[in-house]
Parts: sequence; structure tokens; C-alpha cells
Amino acid sequence: MRSGEKIARRTFFRVSAVAAAAAGVFGSGCLVERRRWRAFSEAEARLVDDISERIIPSDSDPGGRFAGVVDFIDRQLDGPYERYAASYHDGLPRLARTAEAVHSAPWEKLSDWQQTELLARLEKGDVPEGIWEQGQAREFFALLCEHCLQGYYGPPRHGGNRDYVSYRMLGLDYPQIVGRNQRA
Amino acid sequence: MALPRVNAIVVGAGAAGGVVAKELATAGLSVVLLERGRWQSFQDHDHDELTSQRTSVLGSAFGPDDRRWRRVVRQGERWVQVLPSESAYQNNAACVGGGTFSYGAMAWRFMPQDFRLRTLYGDIPGSTLADWPISYDDLEPYYEKVEWEIGVSGSDEGNPFAPPRKRERPMPPKPYTAEGRLLYAAGLRLGLHPFPIPMLRNTVPYAGRQACVSCRYCVGFACEVGAKCGTHNTVIPVALASGNCELRTGCVAARVVTDQRGRATGVEYFDPEDRSQFQAADLVVLSASATETPRLMLNSKCKLFPAGLGNRNDWVGRNLQGHAYCGAYGLFERELYDDVGPGACISSMDFNHGNPGHIGGGILVNEFIRLPYLFTGIRPPGAARWGLEHKQFQRDWYKRSMGVKSAVQELPTFESRVEVDPEVKDYWGLPVARISGARHPRDRETGDFMTRQAERWLLEAGAIRTWRSLPGLGVSGGQHQAGTCRMGADPATSVVNQYGQVHDIDNLFVVDGSTQVNNGGFNPVLTIMAVAYRSAEYIARQWNGTRFRS
Ligand SMILES: Cc1cc2nc3c(=O)[nH]c(=O)nc-3n(C[C@H](O)[C@H](O)[C@H](O)COP(=O)(O)OP(=O)(O)OC[C@H]3O[C@@H](n4cnc5c(N)ncnc54)[C@H](O)[C@@H]3O)c2cc1C
Ligand code: SF4
Repeated sequence: MRSGEKIARRTFFRVSAVAAAAAGVFGSGCLVERRRWRAFSEAEARLVDDISERIIPSDSDPGGRFAGVVDFIDRQLDGPYERYAASYHDGLPRLARTAEAVHSAPWEKLSDWQQTELLARLEKGDVPEGIWEQGQAREFFALLCEHCLQGYYGPPRHGGNRDYVSYRMLGLDYPQIVGRNQRA
Repeated sequence: MALPRVNAIVVGAGAAGGVVAKELATAGLSVVLLERGRWQSFQDHDHDELTSQRTSVLGSAFGPDDRRWRRVVRQGERWVQVLPSESAYQNNAACVGGGTFSYGAMAWRFMPQDFRLRTLYGDIPGSTLADWPISYDDLEPYYEKVEWEIGVSGSDEGNPFAPPRKRERPMPPKPYTAEGRLLYAAGLRLGLHPFPIPMLRNTVPYAGRQACVSCRYCVGFACEVGAKCGTHNTVIPVALASGNCELRTGCVAARVVTDQRGRATGVEYFDPEDRSQFQAADLVVLSASATETPRLMLNSKCKLFPAGLGNRNDWVGRNLQGHAYCGAYGLFERELYDDVGPGACISSMDFNHGNPGHIGGGILVNEFIRLPYLFTGIRPPGAARWGLEHKQFQRDWYKRSMGVKSAVQELPTFESRVEVDPEVKDYWGLPVARISGARHPRDRETGDFMTRQAERWLLEAGAIRTWRSLPGLGVSGGQHQAGTCRMGADPATSVVNQYGQVHDIDNLFVVDGSTQVNNGGFNPVLTIMAVAYRSAEYIARQWNGTRFRS
């Protein structure tokens, strides 16, 4: 049972890698066309998509980007998380400015490692003066992080966890068929 | 248009309210059961972790909704407005069945000691610790009633601390899961007395409903097959079938109306179209939970009761308690996860009382199945919250970890309380509940002791790494909220008598978690329901046909 699952996971990853490569070939213009954000601007969505991939990076299992974490957050900001929309509109530009201030380069030009490191600085509140209010960077990071985890691990019905990626990763059968999944 | 007068109004169709409605209706009283929520079903929410009553970040599946409900909670130096979906709200549920619709369904009888803590442990500075006006023996027949009418599975075999009983539970326990088997053997090696957790859950077909199929999603969710026993699928249907009880859902009680003689005359409420209604009755029972019941009493102030009903001595809303929840987690070499719900299955009562240097203690139980998002919050100190390290932890340990928890008995304090907010109003213009105070510092010490016992058990079971999680010292309440309209013999230091009758209003009753003098070292619902049976029997007995005799 377990080893069968492992194989399934690997095959799954290969397929998704092919899909990602295909998206690269067609360029990002195609993505812009396809996407309609409810709460985010295109630039905000790109930033959050990147962040989600740093919060839950791809390795042998797909990460936040594949899981559609940005779709999850966008949908919630136009729903139950409406109250957080202002924090995103306010925090994301500050985050972009922080990238400029620390690396003299825009966020999207930073390496994965640099982006991760920048988020770690936000988490610790270790940010250049004049961009964030007192305690704000940490608060904003905590919000982002929690929402990314929810998008990745919550059920797909809310827009994230595409193809049950996180359930596959944890080896949880899905959908659960009552009385049939137990291994006891 | 005035609604036809009835004998009794019960506010809240939850754990206690459901029991009272059934007992009064089958005794022949005409009853209106007011419930702010609605009937719910599994199909409404499916297996959605993010709206479950455990992790309700996107809204509480079984209510109340974020649009119309608010509370104010003390956080540090500030009063903060919170939504039902936020944990600080201390939400239970708002639907037919109340907390029993989505609970974990652990079904504990308190121990005889829990009813006389003051006698056992003496005067504790900073605490309003008191004995109950009733004993375990007074309540024993009613525990049995709950076990047979609502339905409980379990067995006392191997548990020398089990409180005495006259009759077995109607259903046997389920076999232990993989975690349970490991903990059972380890517990015996440590000299503990492990036994299966009693549950309000059908383990065999019972009362016309099928047996539990051990799904992954139990606590916080509706049961897909109706095997979880709550008031919504037991006593409330019986009440309705009697022909004497009308359940009005979507109706929000606003206040209890009293006359010049200080008797309750009925309840003002908002119907589903937000129209104000008045329902007249011979007697009123408040079963709206330990937060909403005191709020109703305080919002019902009038000329005769300027501080609110039952509140001459400023005891309404005081002594808010939940449990000082704590425990330990362990990581294991081999996989323990077998997907057999509800997960929680084994317990020990070795540390509920008699812990040298501590007041009380608590039950030890293994945890319910931890769902993927909830598991992200389970980490040893210093572990990464995100990034590759987070992901690896999640992947490596999800199926190789275990938690043992304790519901530590809280010492009641006068400062831990529910009031009504002077400014913030809800959707209907009613002052909202505001919650403040802190746990007694000794709870932290008891919690520390209990986490060590939990950790010891996990290590003996083979954990290769463990860590402990101590109880918070902040505002109390939570899903085990209780204590805010204490029962007692002395009107100067309690709100209701042993039957839930408000001391100075003889046709007004409080029957829910509010009346608990303390909350035991156990999840409280079986006791809340047993007390409800006892109060309802008293009310029905005192009823003389047209009015309430006092
Ligand atoms: C997820 C979860 C797990 C739990 N697990 C366990 C467990 O394993 N074991 C255990 O013992 N306990 C458990 N509990 C706790 C248990 O459910 C509660 O202790 C119990 O339901 C409290 O009973 P009550 O009658 O005081 O209030 P409730 O059951 O909360 O009922 C109060 C009712 O009153 C209604 N109401 C409130 N205000 C108004 C108003 N103004 N007008 C009309 N109606 C109103 C509410 O909507 C609600 O239906 C759990 C609770 C939850 C939420
Ligand atoms: S574990 Fe059993 S009682 Fe709980 S929800 Fe699943 S089937 Fe119902």
C-alpha cells in the first residue's frame, strides 16, 4: 500500500513538471489572460504566488505555487478574509520596497534563496528603517505565512491544495471513502 | 400580534436545552424551544477542515456567523472586538444540538471528589473554589439517564478510579487504534491504568441509528452517518414528536421580561425576519451556554433588577472556566497513523486527584486525528513555521507523531468573567458579551505536572523525541466554557439553587454549563446533561398545571 503510494507520488510529480515546462514555453502572457483576480492586482498576485512558493517550496512534492495558494488567498480576500485585504494592499508594496532597500534590486530579480532570506527578515522584524511601522513587518509576515499554510493544507474546495497535493504528500487517501481507508 | 402563551420557553437547543425541552414536553408542558441557529447536516459542510468547529478560520461551520455576531475580549491592556471564526471569541456552536452537533463526544462522569473540591483542597487564595450543593450520588441516576437516552459507549474495565455506577453503559467501546495499542502497553508498564475513552457515539447500532464507521473527521464536524449522539438526533426529536414542543430556529432571544412582582413573564426575541416578538410563558429556562446565558441575564436588567437578573450580588458572569488544556507530543520511528477515526481512544484517570502538592489534576487522553492544517501548529519549540524545514517536518512526522492531552481542572476566580460591553452592539442592537480575566496561576503548575505525565507516557511508548505544551494563562472559556451562573445554597455567593432556579426569581431557571461550580478535570458535557435531567425533573415535578409552584 505504502510503496504503491510512493510511486503514484513520483509519477504525479513528473506530470506536473511537464505542465510547468509547457507553461514556460507559452510565456507568461498566456497566464495573464487566463487569470482573473478578485482582490489582487496582477503584480500583487505574482508577488503572493512567489511568496507561497517560498513558504512551501517545491521539492520532491509540489509547493505553494502548484497548489494554487495565491488562488486560495485571492478568493478568501474577496470573501471571509475581506478584512485582511487592506493589509495585503498595504503590506505587499512595503515588501517590494524592502527588497529594493536590501538588495538594490526588485523582488522578482532576487534568487529563491534571497527571497527566502528576505522573508526570514520580515519574520524577525529585522527590516530597514522607514519602510514598516513598528512591529508591522512581523505581523504581516505572520498573516502571509498562515494564509499560505491554509491554502496548501486546507481542502481544495477553497481554491488551494490543487489536486490534493498536500494530502498526497502526507500520504492521506482522498477523498476519504468512509470505512474503506483504514489500515488497522 | 401576541403569540399564544405557553407553559415554558427554553432558550437554546444545545446540550442542556435539548434535554430540558424533551423532559418538559414529555411531562405534558407546552414548550417553545428558541434556537438562534438552524438544523444542520453533513452535506452543508462536508469534511472542510478550514470551517470545522476546530479550525474555523474561514467561518464556523455550525455558527454563529461572522456577519452578525461579535464579542469583546480583553487582550493585555486592550479590549478587542473579535469574530466567531477567531479563536479568541471562545465559540462553541450555534445550531440545533449546539455543541453536541460537532463535538468530540467524550462522555465523562465527574468523580465524587469533583463535587467537593473545597472540602478536599481547602481555601485557595485568589480562587472562589467551593463545593457543589449536590454530591456525585445525587447526580448518579441522571448520568445513567444520559448514557442510555443519548447513548454512550465505554467500559470501566481496568480503571480503578471509575466513579461508582449502578448500570453498565449501553454500548461497548471500540477496539484501540494503533496509537491506543502502543499507549495501552506502555501505560501498563508504567503502572498506570489505561482504559477506553467513553464516548457519546454508537459503536453498535443503537436507538435506530447506525454504528460509527471510524472516519477521519470527527471532532468539529457533523457525523456523516449519524453515529455521533447529540441532542439533535436524540432528545430534540423526541420532544418534537410529543406534540408539546415547538422548535423555532433562527430566533435570537434578546431579553427575559419580568413583571412588577419580579417574576418572568416571557422572552423577547428576534425572529428569522429580524422582527421583534414577545413570547409569554409561565416559566423560562435559559440554556444558551456559559457565555450567552449570563449575557441574556445582564441584558434583561429592569427597574426591579437594575444590575440584571439574578445579579443582586454581582455573581452573574463570574467564575468563567474552561480547561487549562495542555499535554505533550512525541515523534516515533515507525508509522502510527492508521486512519481509524475518531483517533482519541485511550485515557487514564491516574492523575485526576491525589497529586502531591497540586490541586486536582486532569484526565489524560490521546488526541483526535490531527488534520493537515492543524498539524502545522504542532511543532517542538524553535521549529521552523515555513520553508523546506517546515515541509519536511510535515511530511516526515505527520504519520509518526502522537499527542497526549490533559484537560486540567481550573480553579475558579472571581475576575474571570463575562459582562456585557458598554459600547459594542450586535446586529440586532443588543450589547455583546465581553470576556476578561485570567486563569489562576496554580493551574499552570498543575498543567506543568500533567504535561510531565503525558511526556512520560509517550517516552515509555517509544517516542524518540518529545516536547510539552503548557496551558496558557490568558482568558478562560473556550469550548468547555462553564461556571458563570454558579449553583449554590447561599444566594450571596451563587446565582441559582441546586436545581438551576434563579435565587430571587422563582420561575426563571438556568440550565447549561453556566451552573457548574467547577468544571472537573474532564470534558464537561455529560455532567451538563445530567444536571439538565435533574433540573428538568424538578421543574416538571413542581409544575402544578397552570403555573409554577415555588
Ligand atoms: C468542537 C467541539 C468539541 C467538543 N468536544 C467535547 C467532548 O469531547 N466532550 C465534552 O464533554 N464536551 C465537548 N465539547 C463541549 C460541549 O459541546 C459543551 O460543553 C456543551 O455543548 C455545552 O452545553 P450548553 O448546553 O451549556 O451549551 P450549548 O451546547 O453551546 O448550547 C447553547 C445553545 O444556545 C443557543 N443560543 C445561544 N444564545 C442564544 C440566543 N440568544 N437565542 C437563542 N439561542 C441561543 C446556541 O446557538 C446553542 O445552540 C466540545 C465542543 C466543541 C465545539
Ligand atoms: S468517527 Fe464515527 S462518530 Fe465520528 S464522525 Fe466519523 S463516523 Fe461519525
